[in-house]
Amino acid sequence: MQFMLLFSRQGKLRLQKWYVAHPDKLKKKITRELITTILARKPKMCSFLEWRDLKIVYKRYASLYFCCAIEQDDNELLTLEVIHRYVELLDKYFGSVCELDIIFNFEKAYFILDELMLGGEIQETSKKNVLKAIAAQDLLQEEETPQGFFDDHGLG
Amino acid sequence: MYPYYESDWSVLPPEANRRFNPAFNMATIRQVVNEAIERVRLPTPMRLRDLIRQIRAARTAAEERSVVNKECAYIRSTFREEDSVWRCRNIAKLLYIHMLGYPAHFGQLECLKLIASPRFTDKRFGYLGAMLLLDERQDVHLLITNCLKNDLNSTTQFVVGLALCTLGAIASPEMARDLAGEVERLMKSPNAYIRKKAALCAYRIIKRVPELMEIFLPATRSMLSEKNHGVLITGVALITEMCENSPDTLNHFKKIVPNLVRILKNLILAGYSPEHDVSGVSDPFLQVKILKLLRILGINDADTSEAMNDILAQVATNTETSKNVGNTILYETVLSIMDIKSEGGLRVLAVNILGRFLLNNDKNIRYVALNTLLRTVHVDTSAVQRHRSTILECLKDPDVSIRRRAMELSFALVNSQNIRTMIKELLSFLEKADPEFKAPCSSSIVLAAERYAPNKRWHLDTLLKVLVAAGNSVRDDVISSTIQLISESTNHQSYVSLQLWKALSEDLQNRQPLTQVAVWAIGEYGDQLLEAQPDEEHNIPHPPTEEQVLEIYQRLLWSPQNTHTTKQYALMSLTKLSTRFNRTTNQIHQMISSFCSSLHIELQQRGVEFSQLFGKYEHLRPALLERMPPIEVIRQPGDSDFSNGDMDGLDMLSEENSPQHVPMESNVLLDLLGGDVLDIIKPSSYSSVEPSKLSSVPPNNSNNQDLLDLLGLGPLSDNSAVNDTTNNMAGFISDNNNLANNMAQSPLAATVINSPNSNFLTDDLFTSAPIESTVVPASNSIPPMTAFDKDGLQIVFSFDDVREHNGATVTISVTSSNNSVSPMTDFLFQAAVPRTFQIQMLPPSGTTLDPNGVVTQVLKVTNPGQTALKMRIRISYTIDGNPVQEQTEVNNFPIALWE
Repeated sequence: MQFMLLFSRQGKLRLQKWYVAHPDKLKKKITRELITTILARKPKMCSFLEWRDLKIVYKRYASLYFCCAIEQDDNELLTLEVIHRYVELLDKYFGSVCELDIIFNFEKAYFILDELMLGGEIQETSKKNVLKAIAAQDLLQEEETPQGFFDDHGLG
Repeated sequence: MYPYYESDWSVLPPEANRRFNPAFNMATIRQVVNEAIERVRLPTPMRLRDLIRQIRAARTAAEERSVVNKECAYIRSTFREEDSVWRCRNIAKLLYIHMLGYPAHFGQLECLKLIASPRFTDKRFGYLGAMLLLDERQDVHLLITNCLKNDLNSTTQFVVGLALCTLGAIASPEMARDLAGEVERLMKSPNAYIRKKAALCAYRIIKRVPELMEIFLPATRSMLSEKNHGVLITGVALITEMCENSPDTLNHFKKIVPNLVRILKNLILAGYSPEHDVSGVSDPFLQVKILKLLRILGINDADTSEAMNDILAQVATNTETSKNVGNTILYETVLSIMDIKSEGGLRVLAVNILGRFLLNNDKNIRYVALNTLLRTVHVDTSAVQRHRSTILECLKDPDVSIRRRAMELSFALVNSQNIRTMIKELLSFLEKADPEFKAPCSSSIVLAAERYAPNKRWHLDTLLKVLVAAGNSVRDDVISSTIQLISESTNHQSYVSLQLWKALSEDLQNRQPLTQVAVWAIGEYGDQLLEAQPDEEHNIPHPPTEEQVLEIYQRLLWSPQNTHTTKQYALMSLTKLSTRFNRTTNQIHQMISSFCSSLHIELQQRGVEFSQLFGKYEHLRPALLERMPPIEVIRQPGDSDFSNGDMDGLDMLSEENSPQHVPMESNVLLDLLGGDVLDIIKPSSYSSVEPSKLSSVPPNNSNNQDLLDLLGLGPLSDNSAVNDTTNNMAGFISDNNNLANNMAQSPLAATVINSPNSNFLTDDLFTSAPIESTVVPASNSIPPMTAFDKDGLQIVFSFDDVREHNGATVTISVTSSNNSVSPMTDFLFQAAVPRTFQIQMLPPSGTTLDPNGVVTQVLKVTNPGQTALKMRIRISYTIDGNPVQEQTEVNNFPIALWE
């Protein structure tokens, strides 16, 4: 996989993960182009798109579009499964996830993705293991942040 | 409630210790207190979620920008002050701002500082920021390499995990070289969490630096004996990458095929395992990865393929197909079966799976099926042919992408056996198709018909139906190939013109290409049309009378909906009809002469020129308007091989070129009079002929052979815009003395100019436009003059004949030629005239003058005072790398210019 984008129905980018090195300008251009192309497609059209020399696989979940760019010999149906797996993980983690969860906790969404994929390849096929790793790291973070202290003093 | 707190931790206010935390030791407390004091000194930075709220509350883009700019300025200032307490929060905010599309590069170094911090939270955000803000082109890499090296040796698995994840995302070749050793060590770690991440890091490293593959080989082999799916899948991914990178490694890994087969078998046969189950399928991610690796190992290797035949068959038959997951695996299996040297029976099974996919409710599955069939159709046509009806069914799919694939696949399946049924289906598809499909579909039908037509009559009927069904979306190549075919089929011309007449009288406006073909055919074969035999049984209508034909032409020529090109065809056709029809010549003359005052210059030109044939040159008319000889096609070598219906190795879809048409050389004059056809067929030849070649044609050369050679020079393109074509269209220059002579030359004049808006050159004297005098000097024109001649650069002005011109505009053709031995580049010709004149310069034909090369440019000078013309010219160019600039005044214009 070359990159993954999450964007809203209004065309706002919510998450971007690049596994190939592009200059910022090109990334923005690609993002803009894909968002417009995909938003212009009708719901009855299939989830695949031939775009430059890549295959684009996208799927809409509620108000969010999940869009992946894969190489020519990658399995587009499997990519749909990867997207679905990611959505399931977000759902489990946030408890019936919605767009706002991803906006306000975008870093968590990134952390989950980074436990599912690495360098553009799937690294873990067990949902349980991914969530376990995330929970353990969240705990590590909590242990070193005495959050209550700041909140109570209005400083948090 | 908190006895611990009561006795020991009285330093803290009670509410701060509400959540007791074992990690809350003395050091943390000190840190907290210090930070709190610092907070009192500095204002607290906004929290991430408050920033997000503020940004979301912004009603306009400007408002959002101002919020972001204010916060960015604040974040920058904290970075400058080396505020380490809130660095993490500030970076998080910056990452959000970055996602909105604002610049955030100033956070790069701060991310590295976060990574260097001992706190896990800092590291987590630091690495996240590094992955988002850095990529492998950044020069901060040396710093991050050191950080990574530290963390790869950390004792906390999650810190190692973060470092590996970041390395996998942004590894540059240098980083890959520096850290490959660490990654290799971690691949052998006892911890599966680290092992899988290290394997994918190695995958990334090999992608960046293939020669580092060697060091990972030993550790990779052992990964396949794992139980952990994470380690297995990453190991398979790593091996796949290695095999794709080097043929040696590929051979090396051929011996793992039995291992892979065993893993796959276990996955299919193993009972339900909740951890890896996806709607009833056990770990589809791993299955697909293994199937792909098997494919890579089995390509072109009969033995290895043999070893996997069984398991592929097992997967193909045992997979549950009610959900997308199952089909994902089947799809991958089919791809593997098609690519390796599998058994015949297995291949049939694979094509049948695709056939079943075509009937699936899920549009995505139908799409991949068509795509895969399209890829395999050349390998195994007969197997795909069996699903022809299903594929044709997909032409009616609601999804356009599927319809497009189905159309392509259908054309790939056409052969001489099924041409009649296939084309029938495709024609009905064409009728209802979206406009975007009409052009490619009609062109493909024409190509298919050309290759496999069972007979001429069917071929003609098919082309006719294409023209009717595709309406205005037909490409030019269809028009030209239809005209060519009609001209070639001598036995069917009366039938065709009658059919075309019928189609024409039904609809005059919505099918311009059809109208063009129809008027061409009626013009050429008008006499046969009138005498055609009606046949009710075969749906052949009654022939029209002369008056009926003229009535249609009248409507056609005056309807504003018809394009000028169509009207030009019609005028030419009408002129031809004047010699085919007996009773109505006067009426035709009237219709033509009414165009002498047409506002459209091309139509006016034709009106005037053709009118001449009814007056002074009446005696020339029958000879000039004789029927065109059949247009012969020169097929590309090997083209004839296709006509035997053999589909092997034939990719119809890639062949977009229209066949080459070259007119017979028998009677050039007639060809030129039928110039419409000639030009349409050879649209691009004008622009592709180099000016230098043309200049070698001696002036006044009426050698028709040369003309044909020139026209035959350029390669063909099928769809240059109709307008260009018509602009170049050869009319004939009705110069009093040498009508015939100049007729032969007018296309030459057109060939000299390769600017797209060159119609002024083909315009004749009546329309006050110039003629390229160096090539076609009119017999009574003003002699050309040399305006400049120095250092091998000669500039010649030649003039349009102005004596018949009532306006005050003089048109000057500037021909610059390079007589030196070096090329002149950046050539620029500029001209200025006194204020009483007006000058208009048209774009030059080029800016480079090769030795003996020519650049032409047209100037239009308006001389309202009819006074002597003066001109100052400036020439600049570069020769042998040296810029040259020259300036001179031209005073010796011939006096005839303004007399």
